[in-house]
Amino acid sequence: MFEQKDPNLIQLNSAGQLKHFLTTEGLSRELLTEILDTADSFVDMSAQQVKKVPLLRGKTVVNLFFEASTRTASTFELAAKRLSADVLNLNIKTSSTSKGETLKDTLMTMEAMHSDMFVVRHSDSGAAHYIASQVTPHVAVINAGDGRHAHPTQAMLDMLTIRQHKGSFEPLKVAIVGDILHSRVARSQIHALRTLGAAEIRVIAPTTLLPRHIEALGVKVYTDMNQGLKDIDVVMMLRLQKERMQSALLPSESEFYRLYGLTEEKLKLTHPDSIVMHPGPINRGVEIETSVADGPKSLILKQVTNGIAVRMAVMSMSMSGQMTEYQAEKEGE
Amino acid sequence: MTKNIAIRNGRVIDPANDLDKVTDLFISEGKIAAIGQAPEGFTVDREIDATNLIVSPGLIDLCAHLREPGYTRKGSIASETAAAAAGGVTTLCMPPITKPIADNSAVIDLIEDRAKQAGNARVLPMGALTQGLKGEQLSPMYALSKAGCIGFTNVREPIRSSLTLVRCLEYAATHDLLVIFQPQDAELADGGTMHDDTTCTRLGLSGIPESAETIEVARCLLLIEQTGVKAHFGQLSCERSVKMVMDARTRGLRVTADIAIQNLLLTDENVSGFDPNFHLIPPLRSQLDRAGLRHALLADGFQAICSDHQPHELAAKQAPFAATEPGMTGLETLLPLSLMLVQQELISLPQMIEKLTSGPASVLGTGLGTLGTGRSADICIFDPEQEWTLTEENHRSAGSNTPFLNFPLKGQVCFTLLEGNVVFQLA
Repeated sequence: MFEQKDPNLIQLNSAGQLKHFLTTEGLSRELLTEILDTADSFVDMSAQQVKKVPLLRGKTVVNLFFEASTRTASTFELAAKRLSADVLNLNIKTSSTSKGETLKDTLMTMEAMHSDMFVVRHSDSGAAHYIASQVTPHVAVINAGDGRHAHPTQAMLDMLTIRQHKGSFEPLKVAIVGDILHSRVARSQIHALRTLGAAEIRVIAPTTLLPRHIEALGVKVYTDMNQGLKDIDVVMMLRLQKERMQSALLPSESEFYRLYGLTEEKLKLTHPDSIVMHPGPINRGVEIETSVADGPKSLILKQVTNGIAVRMAVMSMSMSGQMTEYQAEKEGE
Repeated sequence: MTKNIAIRNGRVIDPANDLDKVTDLFISEGKIAAIGQAPEGFTVDREIDATNLIVSPGLIDLCAHLREPGYTRKGSIASETAAAAAGGVTTLCMPPITKPIADNSAVIDLIEDRAKQAGNARVLPMGALTQGLKGEQLSPMYALSKAGCIGFTNVREPIRSSLTLVRCLEYAATHDLLVIFQPQDAELADGGTMHDDTTCTRLGLSGIPESAETIEVARCLLLIEQTGVKAHFGQLSCERSVKMVMDARTRGLRVTADIAIQNLLLTDENVSGFDPNFHLIPPLRSQLDRAGLRHALLADGFQAICSDHQPHELAAKQAPFAATEPGMTGLETLLPLSLMLVQQELISLPQMIEKLTSGPASVLGTGLGTLGTGRSADICIFDPEQEWTLTEENHRSAGSNTPFLNFPLKGQVCFTLLEGNVVFQLA
């Protein structure tokens, strides 16, 4: 009855370029590849002595973190600084019960400081879409994680890491293991892997940690990790939050480790050239064995390095998309 | 007040009396005086030309939140009953979620006073089934019924102890009072904001599974059977719930049900853009559920369509989806949205009118919802073909939180009469 516009089109300007980065869902293969190519160029640059480029010179980036984060917040800060932006970090810890300033009020306050970009992390799914729909025109919004919905920069740094090691996505069988239900990372990974053409995407978890009808996203569901890991090229582990034991989703950490922890033993079931990834921070002995986390297949630290490059890529691309739109509108007047 | 009104040449539809014909209707002293021929000695004080218009009993809405007392930032009895009049609704039932909660006669008296002052619509308050809706102690149901409560409900607040629930039902049965359920298992629905299915999974929102409703329907039905109480299920959203209630009726239980119009029109897929206007509880369900509810409509599986009107202030919907308050306004759109079911050729116009008049009246057991001679002259006169839109400028409810704002609607109310008084007239 209602014309259902693709809600993810809000990310693109009229020329189809990125102007916000909210989710990997609904973006074209070309655009995701462009993000990876751009990120690759920043990876090379970061290895050089002079690590800064002037792409965001004179721009103000505000990191709005409504939820605690160490590595995501710091890599975003570093990425913005390497792009020569002025950076303001705000940690606004809120709980649903604490009645303070509304999200909209916070935004309006930040906008009054003439910010050009918001990097947002929030515990509510859809928060980044909401913010993108509320900001004044030509302010870019980058989603640094919203509820269980999306964490697109994490997914894209994972894609970059995979591409660096595997070249192309088409032949790959990828397994995502662990708490899929609560994971924004898994959702963003699934959309990106599908668009980039991965041959097979599996999710491995007990039913209590699987969202309903996850197979509708184009994945195969395995509750048995030994079966699910067979011939897998890329193993993507997820973090398990301690709270899951209290809410009757799991009996104990040790039982989870026994069934879904990535051990040397289970890793043998995968393809001989398989790689292992984890968004961090890792729980050794809960979701991954120490020797696997530190082993030759593990790319966990590489992911962190790539995180800076990917964040530089989406920040510069989004700002450029906003500028293009601004100029087009000015010429149109 | 004692004016004699003649409504001329309208298509008079009164499902309770199987009436559907173009004729005249006469009102005297707030009551229906006659249909067809004017009674002897009838002098006309006012004439309403209803040519090409439908003349139906005033609509009865089994669930509309008026927000007063306690939540007047969202709406007041005056503002929301004005919205009702504009929507052709002459009688509405108000859930006890007020502040203070409607578990004592003082609150009921206040509601009735304010409604009388406003004079726009007949407000029938529902009383709280338990004190403070806490699910622990019985409310003074008998006193509340004498004060004017039409029925008793714990809304979606849980009565966790089945023993307590049994006692509530037994006590209500003692006085033959109507108990109204808005069934939802509190734990299964905890934190949920939409139907638990593919769209929910994709958006990463917390789901409300079908079982949150069906388990509570099943529990309530078993205890209704045990206690013999007269019961009504409000705003069912799942096909399976409606089937269970239909089965129970077939077995002779005194149970009825209503469906919110939005659940007959929309599905969970409408949420896909995180639009908070689709944040509703009970949630919009799957396409299969919608099809099931529509099927039940044809099979007379429920008695009434309601608006589940829930106005909000702007700020309540200005947040990410899950952080917004659920509910949409509906009094002003109840008729045009219900007419969509006729336009889609699912039901006939008289069948639709039945679900908005004599159907809900049968749930309440009042003599309302009909144009029979001697009955209260509560009348809705509308043009089923007139197109219009509800906008920020013309809405009368204090809230404009509906996905149907600025949406092309067909079917507009021209006059609303309450006890023979014109309470709304289209400008």
